[in-house]
Amino acid sequence: MSQAQALRPPIESGCPDGFQYMHPVMRRNFGMWKFHEHTRPGVLRHVSEFGEEIWTVKVGTQRILDVFTLRKLCDLGDQYADGYVRFTIRSNIEYMLADGSKVEPLIKAVEDAGFIVGGTANSVTMISHTQGWLHCDIPGTDASGVVKSMMDELIDEFRAHDMPNRVHITTSCCQINCGGQGDIAINVQHTKPPKINHDLVANVCERPSVVARCPVAAIRPALVNGKPSLEVDEKKCICCGACFPPCPPMQINDAEHSKLSIWVGGNHSNARGRPTFQKLVASGIPNNPPRWPEATAIVKNILKTYKEDAKDWERINDWIERIGWPAFFEKTGLPFTRYHVDNWRGARNSLNASTHIRF
Amino acid sequence: MANNHHSTPMLDELENGPWPSFISGIKRLRDQHSDGRIQGMANDLLGQLEHSYETRKGYWKGGTVSVFGYGSGIIPRFSEVAKSFPESKEFHTVRVQPPAGNFYTTAILRQLTDSWEKYGSGLITFHGQTGNAMFIGVNTENTQAFFDEINEYGFDLGGAGPCVRTGMSCVGAARCEQSCTNEQRVHRTLMNRFTDDVHRPSLPYKFKFKVSGCPNDCVNAIERSDFAVIGTWRDEIKVDQAEVKAFIAKKGRDYVIDNVTTRCPTGCMTLNADDTLDIDNKNCVRCMHCLNVMNKALSPGDDKGVSILVGGKRTLKIGDLMGTVIVPFFKLDTDQDYKDLVTLAETIIEFWAENGLEHERCGEMIERIGLANFLEGIGIEPDPNMVIHPRQSSYVRMDGFEDAAEQFYRRKMEEKQAAAG
Repeated sequence: MSQAQALRPPIESGCPDGFQYMHPVMRRNFGMWKFHEHTRPGVLRHVSEFGEEIWTVKVGTQRILDVFTLRKLCDLGDQYADGYVRFTIRSNIEYMLADGSKVEPLIKAVEDAGFIVGGTANSVTMISHTQGWLHCDIPGTDASGVVKSMMDELIDEFRAHDMPNRVHITTSCCQINCGGQGDIAINVQHTKPPKINHDLVANVCERPSVVARCPVAAIRPALVNGKPSLEVDEKKCICCGACFPPCPPMQINDAEHSKLSIWVGGNHSNARGRPTFQKLVASGIPNNPPRWPEATAIVKNILKTYKEDAKDWERINDWIERIGWPAFFEKTGLPFTRYHVDNWRGARNSLNASTHIRF
Repeated sequence: MANNHHSTPMLDELENGPWPSFISGIKRLRDQHSDGRIQGMANDLLGQLEHSYETRKGYWKGGTVSVFGYGSGIIPRFSEVAKSFPESKEFHTVRVQPPAGNFYTTAILRQLTDSWEKYGSGLITFHGQTGNAMFIGVNTENTQAFFDEINEYGFDLGGAGPCVRTGMSCVGAARCEQSCTNEQRVHRTLMNRFTDDVHRPSLPYKFKFKVSGCPNDCVNAIERSDFAVIGTWRDEIKVDQAEVKAFIAKKGRDYVIDNVTTRCPTGCMTLNADDTLDIDNKNCVRCMHCLNVMNKALSPGDDKGVSILVGGKRTLKIGDLMGTVIVPFFKLDTDQDYKDLVTLAETIIEFWAENGLEHERCGEMIERIGLANFLEGIGIEPDPNMVIHPRQSSYVRMDGFEDAAEQFYRRKMEEKQAAAG
């Protein structure tokens, strides 16, 4: 090892200023935009109070970018656009251009390079997802693989914008659900309590923290084979996996019993109704790499039913609120079971205490 | 060249199909990159990932890695199967705070790419779910050097662990007609006040700021942040009646009735016989639906500010929580307004730091102690905008009610006097 020079103190600059990387048209018209329109899927045209315009071309990628891909995206931005980009929170890259006549050549170049133009307005945009087996320390599945497999099948809906309203899909690799709420969410659901390696617990885990982490107080300290360890009341355990991150010897992931569940109706926007949480609709779906066909089939079924049945501007939650949950299960053919009836805190608010019943 | 590539039959399946493949990208690093270090890392990463696909298990464990002077920002990853895949045995992620609004030039992206290529795996994600630029895959030795290089040209680490986390803001006023605030300024004012709390984890758990310029909440602030700042307005929606007529001429009256007026959650809109639109603005809840549908004809008002909601979070531990309205309307124009916003955030974080349990999010603490106690703790008076409806249960001790009511009247009188000057 080379003799280190004095360690360099960090410059605690925090969040960089976005204005320095902003298209000059956007800097000039900051706060002065008048309206926008969707000239075609994947393209936005914004017009300012001063009559200036900025064009945006939205592009789907593989999210985990290698340096070759990132440089290719930069090359396209330099050759066909103005060198200004941003990323949406669903990891689409947006090219911003001042000259509308450059839009079509950019789209052609982007598509020729293997990227996908779309994701605007009433499309199924890119699935926002978590790290999975590539990098996470607690994953039950590989969201990147699930998403790649699913986007292969949803690509036409990404490229079009003819859904009733926008569709945001998310995936999560464990029940912490970093992927967040979505119109449709595909999340890991463990179905068996953790398997504990009692030889390791005392050395690896801070036991009181692990006990405190359990949402249902199912974990208690115990002596196992003469060693301090932890035990789980398997009757109480809800198999959430919250104990696994602070205590890796409490393995929750199981090749067979870690399943996927599908949830619908999560909506972050305040438009029409207040923001909503997603609700369970399907579970017991095999965690089936490398292509997870069973999960994709259910998602496509839900999307098809929604597209056929929902009215303009209805997000999935709006649509189901109008037609009712019985109709949702009937139209999609998904089974409704005892597991769909909530029993977590506040569950009573989800019960039908009325005679409002559709026949 | 002797082919010592790991066989990856399952991952190879993910190279099929029309969507761009991350597996093809990692293979490009393995096969086409000029640096043997990156080739080897990519090869062993693919090997370990294939092993995960075969066994349906992850093989990364955490640890302790950071850069000099900081206690967070690096996500350490050590392989549990390093013997089989030694060249990617240390594969840490560097979390880097993006510019507010996720704006980049291709030039700065290239500069970051060049730096990363010198030290890391060559894999980058824009962005992780918290909002960081994720530089995925660097060994312990190179972590400091990579950080030093990008820190010199203006990039800093994000948070990890029990600390203030990297913030997020929407595209906002830079390109959106619905924007009601300066997202750039709100984002950077808040984040850069708490830089110390980003880099040195010492809070009960994570704390996230997110800024959306309007109630469409495109960065999911209400549900995904502890402190959500949402642009709004309190005067009247601006109606361009000529554009209303143009819209009706194009789409028809039925479309407006079916998709605009009857979708209004408070029924505050009337489509008149002469194709003009009336809005009962006192009953508008700023949901944004009509503005989204008729974005040329309708615009937010001029008296803009923000609503602040506190306590949103995802599932762990007590279940998902939406943020709760703490300040219905916060004017954000002057330097003093921004100082007051920072003071509010400081007060909330300080109260939570003192009263939150270990690993308890701010929203969970509010759930535990009750909103009224939280409000008292941060010195904010209760407001009916904070609830959907008042209490339903009579099982509560109320011997302080008369005093509270008297204080309410006194406060209202003082407000009136202050307004009168």
